[in-house]
Amino acid sequence: MSQEAFESARRRWEAELARSGPRLPRFETISGTDVPALGLPAGDPDGAYLDGLGFPGQFPYTRGIHPSLYRGRLWTMRQFAGFGTAADTNARYRYLLEHGQTGLSVAFDMPTLMGYDSDHPRALGEVGKCGVAVASLEDMETLFEGIPVGEVSTSMTINAPAAIVWAMYIANAEKQGVPAASLRGTIQNDILKEYIAQKEWVFPPEAHMRLVVDTIEWAARHLPLWHPVSISGYHIREAGSTAAQELAYTLYDGFAYVEAALARGLGVDEFAPRLSFFFNAHSDFFEEVAKYRAARRIWARRMKGRYGARDPRSMQLRFHAQTAGCSLTAQQPENNVARVALQALSAVLGGAQSLHTNSMDETLALPTEKAVTIALRTQQVLACETGVANTIDPLGGSWFVERETDRLEAEAEAIFIELDRRGGMVRAIEDGYPQREIGRASYDYARKLQRGEQVMVGVNRYADSPAAGDGIPLLRIEPRVETSQRERLAALRRRRDAAAARRALDRVRDGARGHDNLMGPILEAVRAYATLGEVVDAMREVFGTYREPSVF
Amino acid sequence: MTEARPIRVLVAKPGLDGHDRGARVVASALRDAGMEVIYGGLWLSPEEIVTIAEQEDVDVIGLSSMNNAHMTVFPRTLELLRERGLGDVLLTGGGIMTAEDMEALGRMGVGRLFGPGSDMDAFVEYIRRWCETRARGTEGRGTCPTA
Repeated sequence: MSQEAFESARRRWEAELARSGPRLPRFETISGTDVPALGLPAGDPDGAYLDGLGFPGQFPYTRGIHPSLYRGRLWTMRQFAGFGTAADTNARYRYLLEHGQTGLSVAFDMPTLMGYDSDHPRALGEVGKCGVAVASLEDMETLFEGIPVGEVSTSMTINAPAAIVWAMYIANAEKQGVPAASLRGTIQNDILKEYIAQKEWVFPPEAHMRLVVDTIEWAARHLPLWHPVSISGYHIREAGSTAAQELAYTLYDGFAYVEAALARGLGVDEFAPRLSFFFNAHSDFFEEVAKYRAARRIWARRMKGRYGARDPRSMQLRFHAQTAGCSLTAQQPENNVARVALQALSAVLGGAQSLHTNSMDETLALPTEKAVTIALRTQQVLACETGVANTIDPLGGSWFVERETDRLEAEAEAIFIELDRRGGMVRAIEDGYPQREIGRASYDYARKLQRGEQVMVGVNRYADSPAAGDGIPLLRIEPRVETSQRERLAALRRRRDAAAARRALDRVRDGARGHDNLMGPILEAVRAYATLGEVVDAMREVFGTYREPSVF
Repeated sequence: MTEARPIRVLVAKPGLDGHDRGARVVASALRDAGMEVIYGGLWLSPEEIVTIAEQEDVDVIGLSSMNNAHMTVFPRTLELLRERGLGDVLLTGGGIMTAEDMEALGRMGVGRLFGPGSDMDAFVEYIRRWCETRARGTEGRGTCPTA
């Protein structure tokens, strides 16, 4: 019986594979022999294969969400970039697109991430320093000048003020003549992991959760190709969590968004197909591969079993991966190229949909153009030279990798039970629970490094380089960036129709007091050139602010 | 001589950056070394940092900066410390900064700064030594902290 099911699933997969259209006319090794699309067991006598792994593109998607994976299309090479003024970053985007990058990814500066205008006192010294400053629709227009937003997909790493920055992107596209419904891209918009790890929020958790659901709902109604939330483990891992904690907290955050959207009255299949994930690609190679595979299986089972999803796309966990910034060293920085290549390989073997490879100089400064190019070339070497993209889930069926996959799934399930017991993620955050657990894990790791039990080459072993960052050139952000950005903003404030901006801001404030979707009023406000900080302030008057419980 | 008290250290994150892994790890290491840690938390302005330092009577301020704002935040904090008569408080810390910037800050009067991959125990030891040296230099003041 189970053998028949296996054969029938295999035929279904073969048919889907044939339909999907291959990326190359033939897949062969460097030596000229054929490479099969998929390695398979001879049969499935007890049904364990179909139950735990399945075929690519089939439930529970352990082996990948597409029947053809990279045989059909390579992953998206998406390098995160942003610095200085919108014009500086616009030039970098054009450079990356000319050099074969296939998607854009915007890094914003700290004031933007925290919802402050570039001329706010708290922005002093931070404008354009670790990302691009975007304080108004005008900055967004400059950022995408000459870039066809109807053709590229754009990922924006923005969280607390995500709804506002997204509104600016939509309004800019409208001005370019591109309808919102055709826009493709992602806003990170994952506020829970901000409280857990990255610590960039503005309002209390409940208010932010409402805004997240507003964007999910708006995307479902008006931007069907957009990913309104990128549920992120990356920052959780960077804050020092273990792989199992990254996996568990991230998926549990995902469950929280699903439950909040269901509570709003949306049907699961209306919005779940557009949820996406973002994981860290750290250095422990097989554990990382297993983590991605476990993530897909857990998500699929939960979406189907608990939330009643019927659309397969609601069950398919799509993810972006970025190599681990925290694994890079300032000492002997060229070694980071090797680290990044291996981490990127784990993401590819784990079936990532898109990938950012870090630049070797990121522990010292924002990357130079040369360092970014090497990082992009690393992905291209993986994709075009190594053959790893030619067969699907090549580590599937490895006893060790399957055991690691099962182990991570079991550890995550145990953490879910603990989070349930604590009343869900928002309550756990308010109690400081995940923050404390991550703090403990990162301190344990630091002690292991200190004792030499965990090796970092060039740092606590083979450390022969005299000084950090020796010999590699670094990008410097000129102070003129802050001055010119402030001047631009001042000029905008003088030029715009102040009364219209004020009226639009009043509507945002009123909207925040009510329960209707805030995206409409926010869009009106940014179209009237109300600034990011002004829109945030209008909401802050209603929502208030939040300080985390002190835990270390 | 008044009785020796533990070294008091304010650990804080200046500016808007929330990446607090380093700050929290260092705070734990200082605590384990027997020092009293005042964890100031996130998003502090130089004014707020100096006010906490004054209220808590700290010997040392350790700032963690990952967002490239160190060349604004450290000099301003130093300036305020001097204005308020707290010139004998050590301002140290670390994060993502170039050797060149660290040297420039050192010339202004900031203490040693610790970049990525720094030895955690070396930081603890640096603070202990600095406090011992300061105590010897101010013999009789009776505020010599020991850990």
